[in-house]
Amino acid sequence: MAKIFKQRNMISLLIVVAVLFPLITNNTYYVHVMTLSFIWMIGVYGLNLLAGYTGYLSLAHAGFFAIGAYSIGILTVKAGMNFWGAFILSLLITCVIGLVVGLIAFRTKEHFFAIYTLCLGYILYLIIDKWDSLTEGVRGLIGIPAPASIGPIKFETEISHYYLVLFFLLLVVLIMYRIIHSLTGRTYIAIRNSEDLAKTIGISTMKNKLTVFVLSTFFAGLSGALYASFVRFIGPDIGAISITFDLLTYLLVGGIGTLSGPLVGTTLIVWLSQQLQGFQEYRMLIFGPVLTLLVIFYPRGIVGAVSSWYTKLISKKDHQRILRPTKVRSGASIEAEKEVKEG
Amino acid sequence: MEILIQQLFNGLTIGSVYALVALGLTLVYGILHIPNFAHGALYMMGGYITLTMMTKFGLHYWIAIFVSIILVGLIGVLMERFVFHPLREAPPIHDKIAAIGILLFLEAFAQFYWGAEYQSMPTPYGQVVQIMGLTFTMQRILIVVAALVVMLLLYLFLKKTFMGATIIAMSQNREGANLVGVNTNKVAMLTFMISGGLAAIASSLSSPINLVFPGMGQLVILKAFVIIILGGMGSIPGAIVGGYILGFSESLGATYISNDYKDIIAFILLVIILTVKPTGLFSKGGQH
Amino acid sequence: MIFLETKNLTKKFGGLVAVNNVDFAIEKGKINAIIGPNGAGKSTFFNLISGFHRPSSGSVIFNGREITTLPSDKIAKLGIARTFQTTNLFEQSTVLDNVIVGHRLRTKSNLLDAILRTPRLKAEEAQCREKAMEVLEFVDLKNVATKLVGGLTQEEKKRTAFALALATNPEIVFLDEPAAGVNPDETEGLAELMKKMASTGITVCLIEHKMQMIMSIADKIMVLNYGEKIAEGRPEEIRNNEMVIKAYLGGSAIA
Repeated sequence: MAKIFKQRNMISLLIVVAVLFPLITNNTYYVHVMTLSFIWMIGVYGLNLLAGYTGYLSLAHAGFFAIGAYSIGILTVKAGMNFWGAFILSLLITCVIGLVVGLIAFRTKEHFFAIYTLCLGYILYLIIDKWDSLTEGVRGLIGIPAPASIGPIKFETEISHYYLVLFFLLLVVLIMYRIIHSLTGRTYIAIRNSEDLAKTIGISTMKNKLTVFVLSTFFAGLSGALYASFVRFIGPDIGAISITFDLLTYLLVGGIGTLSGPLVGTTLIVWLSQQLQGFQEYRMLIFGPVLTLLVIFYPRGIVGAVSSWYTKLISKKDHQRILRPTKVRSGASIEAEKEVKEG
Repeated sequence: MEILIQQLFNGLTIGSVYALVALGLTLVYGILHIPNFAHGALYMMGGYITLTMMTKFGLHYWIAIFVSIILVGLIGVLMERFVFHPLREAPPIHDKIAAIGILLFLEAFAQFYWGAEYQSMPTPYGQVVQIMGLTFTMQRILIVVAALVVMLLLYLFLKKTFMGATIIAMSQNREGANLVGVNTNKVAMLTFMISGGLAAIASSLSSPINLVFPGMGQLVILKAFVIIILGGMGSIPGAIVGGYILGFSESLGATYISNDYKDIIAFILLVIILTVKPTGLFSKGGQH
Repeated sequence: MIFLETKNLTKKFGGLVAVNNVDFAIEKGKINAIIGPNGAGKSTFFNLISGFHRPSSGSVIFNGREITTLPSDKIAKLGIARTFQTTNLFEQSTVLDNVIVGHRLRTKSNLLDAILRTPRLKAEEAQCREKAMEVLEFVDLKNVATKLVGGLTQEEKKRTAFALALATNPEIVFLDEPAAGVNPDETEGLAELMKKMASTGITVCLIEHKMQMIMSIADKIMVLNYGEKIAEGRPEEIRNNEMVIKAYLGGSAIA
């Protein structure tokens, strides 16, 4: 029973479903929505790495999303660069800005960091909105090209675009998986848990936080660049604080500080919002209180709740097994403990 | 010269509003160490409630403001009771997210209930007065005077009453206050009540010269944060002085630098402050 | 042999002098204790040595090297470990997971190693895990290694904190009230553990209120009062020191 739920199997299953999805539905609209969800997920992972695993709540991530999107937009539309060159350059730009911002931002802590990034996000939005000559201001950037073909692979159809985004998402998940399950990830978690303790065991918190921040902005920028090339039109609104709040909602509902939280939360909310058209405008009537209730009652979201329920179930079974004299203790309890750590 | 005086007066007006909002924010921070991201939503609710009381129920401006103070204060108390109180032992990231949740809800609620369009608030003080060849609107003079009165009353309350003294005591030392028998729950609720009331006053005063809309609190709250970082998180005089400083720099900046970018002045100020001194300008000791 | 030394160490917070002109020498391989009434500046003294606060004046010298202005992570790398009064452990995680990261400072793998899963990373992870098991064995917690820290007793938590400090390969450990909140029987166990640490060559320096324990295990004691050193010496010297007795109001706490 427990074997089926093994993380590796679950991941493989998810990948298979994701790969087969466009073939199953035949509905290009669904494929479109799913592609958008994947794009958001990448950004949510950026937020998760920083807030969930390192303990720093950044409220500027929509700004970095917008930097990624606008960089690729400006480079292709205005500077006439080729797509992939612009793509890579836009990621670099996001990282460099992320590095500079991080250097200043991490002089502050906790509340100051959140307030600082909140204001920074607003500055980024304001710059995009007001700098007409570069960003076209409120008119927005129109005619961003779709990804150029790589050799024989073309990205003109919705479905090929879907696979391209899926490829990047899987890459991001793989990177996250490896980070979290490594010494490096333990280092970040140690910082989240107690920065003082982390310092006394010789962890350079500044260096690690900065690395996380840059990688986190990289994810946000990647998400933005993919968004721009998928939607082909961007306006200043993509840098607005409400986008950060959206990302945060996806993360919290799915489970902050869990590996699969961004997947669960984003899919769920994006689909719910799509199902309830016209609800979009008032979605925060529900998601606002949900956010608040979650941090009070289920601070680790759906994934956290399910995994702790699962752990309890396992330990109960284990307990019964111990009471009844049986041969060997199965690997289940070890797995359950692993579950707690990984979520 | 005339432009300068006019702008200084405008700065005084905006600064008064900022100071009132920042005062509420800094009081809550001082007591509970929560940066209340939902404070801007309280400001917005204050504007709408006053407006509704005047247009729907035909109340006089001042009575409408009074109702608004009470209702927004109550929203503040509810927030404290049902959200921040249960989260007092949680990691610091949680109460920030919870506050954001409240903010999102209140804004969506305003949009749902009152609509997304900009509404203007009528005022009995629309007249224009001439003083020494300069024109001032009565409403602006009212803002400046009313803000001063409110601050004076708050000062008297904090310094001269027992309840006020407990608020000060608790903001200086929470555990200590608990030990000497201060009912910290009561103080926390009272602080939220005052904080909400101040936000309602600020928005009710400024709405006739600005407008009422669901997102009206967003910029104000951001600036209020800048102010209390400028003035020292939790510092009451700091919030007042910081409010006026920002008001003046904005109105002068709008005239002499660029009207488009006047809103950015606050944030650039903040970036500079936190770059030079990460714990805020007038903070005592350190964050650590 | 003097191993770690403070000279004229002073820390002022605003107008308040928390640590005033303290000279203290810690001998290698011994158990050193710092005692004093509440608010005497003991924890601040620790914070100064471990790089959490920067002294207002004076210096800290470790192994002949001045470390006064080094940041805490660099100090840890030199072989100075510490624990906190509140253990600061991650309660939702297992004992082993808490301790593994303790050896991180002796490894070199970075983010890229993690993403590419390089052989270096794998080797270092094994090394950290091994070290963690080794120190858990040392503090006698191997049997609870896979338990969540949240489910441990106070004494086990303290031991876990010791293990984490030991995982950094320290030459000296500073323990901030290691026996606070622990019952007398268990306190004895912790005292034994500290002796065991000292016997393996790790210098121990602790802050403690439990006088009986201090008197029985410490080789040397320093007494702080209002940030100033009022006495220093062997336990029996301290016990009979009038200044100390006065500081403790009649001295009943000492006997």
